[in-house]
Amino acid sequence: MKRFWGFVLKEFLHIFRDPRTMLILFGMPIVQILLFGYVITNEIKDIKIAILDQSKDPVTIELTNKIISSGFFILDRNIKSMNEVEDVFKEGNVRQVIIFESGFGRKLKREGTANIQLIADASDANTANLVVHYTMAIIDDFVREQNKLTGSPIQFIPEVRMLYNNELKGVYMFIPGIMAMILILVSAMMTSISIVREKELGTMETLLVSPLRPAQIILGKVTPYIALSFINAVTIIIMGNLVFGMPVQGSIILLLAESILYILLGLSLGILISTITKTQQNAMFISLFALMLPTILLSGFIFPIENMPKILQWLSILMPPRWFITIIKNIMLKGTGLMYVWKETLILIVMTSVFLGLSIRKFKIRLE
Amino acid sequence: MSEQKETIITVRNLVKKFGNFKANDNLNFEVFKGEIFGFLGANGAGKTTTIKILCGLWAPTSGEIKVAGFDIYNQTEQIKRNIGYMSQKFSLYEDITVFENIRLFGGIYGLSRHEIAHRAADLMHRLDLEHSRDKLISSLPLGWRQKLAFSVAILHNPKLVFLDEPTGGVDPVTRRKFWDQIYEAADRGITVFVTTHYMDEAEYCDRVSIMVDGRIADLDTPSALKGKYGVKNMNEVFLKIARIKPDQNN
Amino acid sequence: MALNINNIHKSFEGLQALNNITFSVKEGELFGLIGPDGAGKTTLFRIITTLLLPDRGEVDLFGLDVLKNYKKIRQLVGYMAGRFSLYHDLTVEENLKFYATVFGTTIEKNYDLIKDVYCQIEPFKTRKAGKLSGGMKQKLALSCALIHKPRLLVLDEPTTGVDAVSRTEFWDMLKRLQKKGITILVSTPYMDEASLCNRVGLIQKGNLLSVNKPENIIAEYQRELLSVSSDNLYKLVNDLRNEKDTHSAFLFGQSVHLTRKDRKESVKQVIKYLRDKGHGSIHINVIKPGIEDCFMDLMHKEDEFLLSG
Repeated sequence: MKRFWGFVLKEFLHIFRDPRTMLILFGMPIVQILLFGYVITNEIKDIKIAILDQSKDPVTIELTNKIISSGFFILDRNIKSMNEVEDVFKEGNVRQVIIFESGFGRKLKREGTANIQLIADASDANTANLVVHYTMAIIDDFVREQNKLTGSPIQFIPEVRMLYNNELKGVYMFIPGIMAMILILVSAMMTSISIVREKELGTMETLLVSPLRPAQIILGKVTPYIALSFINAVTIIIMGNLVFGMPVQGSIILLLAESILYILLGLSLGILISTITKTQQNAMFISLFALMLPTILLSGFIFPIENMPKILQWLSILMPPRWFITIIKNIMLKGTGLMYVWKETLILIVMTSVFLGLSIRKFKIRLE
Repeated sequence: MSEQKETIITVRNLVKKFGNFKANDNLNFEVFKGEIFGFLGANGAGKTTTIKILCGLWAPTSGEIKVAGFDIYNQTEQIKRNIGYMSQKFSLYEDITVFENIRLFGGIYGLSRHEIAHRAADLMHRLDLEHSRDKLISSLPLGWRQKLAFSVAILHNPKLVFLDEPTGGVDPVTRRKFWDQIYEAADRGITVFVTTHYMDEAEYCDRVSIMVDGRIADLDTPSALKGKYGVKNMNEVFLKIARIKPDQNN
Repeated sequence: MALNINNIHKSFEGLQALNNITFSVKEGELFGLIGPDGAGKTTLFRIITTLLLPDRGEVDLFGLDVLKNYKKIRQLVGYMAGRFSLYHDLTVEENLKFYATVFGTTIEKNYDLIKDVYCQIEPFKTRKAGKLSGGMKQKLALSCALIHKPRLLVLDEPTTGVDAVSRTEFWDMLKRLQKKGITILVSTPYMDEASLCNRVGLIQKGNLLSVNKPENIIAEYQRELLSVSSDNLYKLVNDLRNEKDTHSAFLFGQSVHLTRKDRKESVKQVIKYLRDKGHGSIHINVIKPGIEDCFMDLMHKEDEFLLSG
């Protein structure tokens, strides 16, 4: 056991002495989150909208003025009928159509409620979501002002429709996505590189000749990265919450446990990569091409899986991040428990055991 | 050695500092045209620094240095065109063929296509490599590679060639054949500046300098050095000079 | 016997790296394996240290078979790989400490054994290993290989690329370790180091040319060896090679070592030949060969043997 901890200590020394490793380990997650976060959730400004006002009474006109004067939106055009909605979106400039039902003001006076329909172009899911939220906020504000003025409570019933992407995939997607990407990158790439570095340096020879068992060598190399990846996972969750308001509805313990499972999966992949490569460069390329690109492209992180060609959909089944993203989205957003994600969890467990088994078989007690 | 000697390298008061550390501490020496000059010294004595300065890769901290008649400070381009360089660590690209390597280095030194073709044919004939023209360097035995590397280093007929530990690790026969080549080059008038850890090779040099801790501890012909220190081979000369201050300095 | 090697064969992708290697090393012996790069020294050492499996043949170490008992063997062997396997980002002391823990021991416990080597670099123990000079790296690597008190020390080219002073010091250290009862197997491309070993094996292209005491290898040299010098060394070696009775002519320092096909009156004939060629201050005398002469002769014989076979 003393041997083992001596080994782990040495590994930490390597990590802490190499500024590049430190940067990748701790700088990258923060930068990525901020980068993705701000690119995706940037403030909206000058969004073009169209309005279909079937009532044209003082209330709708005042509300329209309020929306347009908010500075967020520019009125691209007024349209005359529902038939034009589709065309307006197809042209591509207009991001949102606001529809006031006919007799809006009258109905409001008579019944205290009226219907507004917000239709957004959700092919850019994040923008659509923001646009709708901003519009609703303006409407709420308007309602509050009206209530103060008139005394009789009125209520607008907004009906939101997202065109092209009903479920609004992509919102809150990036934090699980980044977590999936960074954890697999840190655990797989960093471990494979650090193992291969020993091969390159020739120190692996000496280690193999020592009484250390291969399993001890591997565990010793991997342990620090388990710890560091875990710190990364926690950092991402906290940052997601503090900076972008990403909630954790479900059990935090389950969330962390699933993260550890995923980290182990990444590590076993890293070990596997290290057994088939001889240079650090190679290990890095394989990690990047075999792990990072598929994670970004095929896991549903950026492109919705449903919209992919069938072959890619099949391929995405083999991508561990896909399942991890599903799991943490469920836990963080929907607050579901293990009952609802046991299938995905099982898939990750099976994958981990397969990779681990393969790498143990492939890790050589000798040099060849 | 009675004829008028023409110098090809003149070094006056060469100092190279890295921070407070003097890698080269006031070096003074000359290398004469056509001679084989052995540049010896312990690891870390400052040999590599001097070679890099003489090749025009690093600027010295101070000193007057002329290589092949050009000033080291502002004529490095001319210097590079007039010298050849070969080291054990890098000599040829392993993943391209014999001819492609010759063509590449010929091109780098500005030889015309006609000249390259002519010299390549001549070179491969002399080295008996004609049948290996299109073989990858990596498939050639080490000894052949070194021979070829040396020929390529002097392909552009430089006035001076630097050889940095050219014979490390090769078998004794190949090592000697390599020295045959060095002699041949020297015979053609190319000055050879060579470093080595094999002390018997020091004996093949016309003159030898031995560096210790950034200074030239001694410089003379091998026989004069052996006479001066009263020993029978260069290894003992080296030990006598370099052992004065053992491995304390780095 | 500390080490028995029997009929070892090994090839990589069809290339024969080791061909029928057989020899043994006695307990307490300093055995040198001498040959150029690519001769197969490293491959053989890796087989002995259980890092590689031979295609054929057996190796036993202190009575333990390398194949079956690799775990036990790894406790008994101290191995210093060709590239001084040190962690460049760790300090001298951290490196040594690490290897000590890996082998389940401490620096203090075996300080006696390494003191002689380690005390020379101890003043620099907080320096990163990557910043050491070649000679110091070599000493640190040796300390690391010794830290668990191995019975057999296997050193793969410890003196390659190291200057002559450090080399001499290193061999002195090996001699002192040998006196402490450690069996030492060392490889080197420097022929002149042969005389420092009890016995040597000369290896070339995967074939063992000879295994013997250095003085016996020299005694087995059968040709008459002449040392020839004149006022023009380069012309001398060329002229000698073009002489019809010359068997071989190679530069050795300031003279040429010459062997002839015909032993009759060789000195007289050579002098006459060289005078005709215009050489001045000709010196010729019969000399005792060195290991390098023997190696070159054996290489030549082996090549002839391979060509005829």
